[in-house]
Amino acid sequence: MSSYAIRKSRNFIAMSLCYGAALLGLTALTFILAVLVYKGLSGLNLAVFTEMTPPPGSSGGLLNAIFGSVVMTVCGVLIGTPIGLLAGTYMAEYGRYSALTKIIRFVNDILLSAPSIVVGLFVYEILVSTVGHFSAWAGIVSLSILVLPVVVRTTEDMLLLVPNGLREAAAALGLPQSIVIRKIAYRAARSGLMTGVLLAIARVSGETAPLLFTALNNQFWSTNINAPMSSLPVVIYQFALSPYKDWQQLAWTGALLITFTVLFLSVIARMLSSSKVQK
Amino acid sequence: MTMQSSPPSHEKIAIRDLKFFYGDHKALKDINLSLAEKKVTAFIGPSGCGKSTLLRILNRMYDLYPHQHAEGEVLFDGQNILDPSIDLNFLRSRIGMVFQKPTPFPMSIYDNIAFGINLYEKISKAEMDERVEKALRGAALWTEVKDKLHASGLSLSGGQQQRLCIARTVAIQPEVILFDEPCSALDPISTSKVEELIDELKEQYTIAIVTHNMQQAARVSEYTAFMYLGELIEFGDTNQIFTNPVQQQTQDYITGRFG
Repeated sequence: MSSYAIRKSRNFIAMSLCYGAALLGLTALTFILAVLVYKGLSGLNLAVFTEMTPPPGSSGGLLNAIFGSVVMTVCGVLIGTPIGLLAGTYMAEYGRYSALTKIIRFVNDILLSAPSIVVGLFVYEILVSTVGHFSAWAGIVSLSILVLPVVVRTTEDMLLLVPNGLREAAAALGLPQSIVIRKIAYRAARSGLMTGVLLAIARVSGETAPLLFTALNNQFWSTNINAPMSSLPVVIYQFALSPYKDWQQLAWTGALLITFTVLFLSVIARMLSSSKVQK
Repeated sequence: MTMQSSPPSHEKIAIRDLKFFYGDHKALKDINLSLAEKKVTAFIGPSGCGKSTLLRILNRMYDLYPHQHAEGEVLFDGQNILDPSIDLNFLRSRIGMVFQKPTPFPMSIYDNIAFGINLYEKISKAEMDERVEKALRGAALWTEVKDKLHASGLSLSGGQQQRLCIARTVAIQPEVILFDEPCSALDPISTSKVEELIDELKEQYTIAIVTHNMQQAARVSEYTAFMYLGELIEFGDTNQIFTNPVQQQTQDYITGRFG
């Protein structure tokens, strides 16, 4: 066999392996989505959005869980995002060459990959066991801790992508550094920064473990931040493990809601970041 | 400062025994030269000779980066700008800079210019419109963009972007403008437009231009400095440098025999 034929067959083998791997991943994803839609869609009706989680054997919805998820996710993101943006800004702009930045980056990477259950336990120790009861704000704090490293990382990365020439040009006009950052660097990195926040929302909206130890669950409608609060992931966890058919159905429907919310956010994030490339 | 009090060859910037270091590496060795007011001074020399480094000292651009420092004196109207106590933002508003690659800000054409003005002056919308128009006319860009002032600055062509950057620099009314290879990313037509512009600007501003294009240096400047390996080899009248250089190295470089 000529060396050309050998190279050609090697290429064929490598390409087949790549295609195979891609196909495997896609198949798994498609099956997951298909099963979710098949099992979840049949339980999707108006009652899901208007009624509370029911006791076993009676009908109900997920309103309190959806509300709790939205409240805790939004509040967690509102707390975690500004801190993350400021920290990322320090790392990319003010302290780009400092040793502190290297330390923060290292610690942040650890936090980024830390199991969320550890974060849940940590918040349990400082905000639940000291107070003596579970509460929504302990859940909010643990979600904001999970938001933080994602936002820090994307903020730093996106600001580092802003060409230095742009900063020099702004500085050459006599603009103080704070204005260069706020009016030029943030603006140039805008879509990337928003992508980071959306990814953070997507990450925390499905978190179960940190909420299990902090906000726990609540069968009833509750807007009290100082009391246990229901959330979709915890309800899914509880209902899916139950022996009751109607609870299991609600768990499937809840899983469908979370998955498609995250999918929707990811698509928006992807669209934002691709529109940045075009400019 | 009144116009009449200074003689025609008034030194706007005087560089005295200037040394520059990137970390331990000495990039400039005892540079001595002056930029004459309202004249164009060109800096030529092979890549890495330190001409851009020199330019970036004049507005303290190197301050943005660690491990870089300058020694000696750079007197701007008699004041040493290397003095650590100097207000860098104020200095940079008086000594503007145009870069090699056009760097429009990610905002509209109008805002690209209004942005800098807003920082120094509080003026009405009508006055601002006037200033923006004046700056764009000054940069020979007005007729091309007057119907799309609110389009993104990034939508312009490379040559237009560079003239927008010049307009932006002129708009805050500096005294000196530094050009760092302003035409190296531009096509010949845009290049000649920028050169014409420099010719007009020197009536109001003191100009320093770094260029790799020797014809350009000969066309636009009154004085030329030839640098090599961090040293100033020869400095004098552009005519004299290009027709009758004193140093052999200068002669070799301008005739293209540099090895």
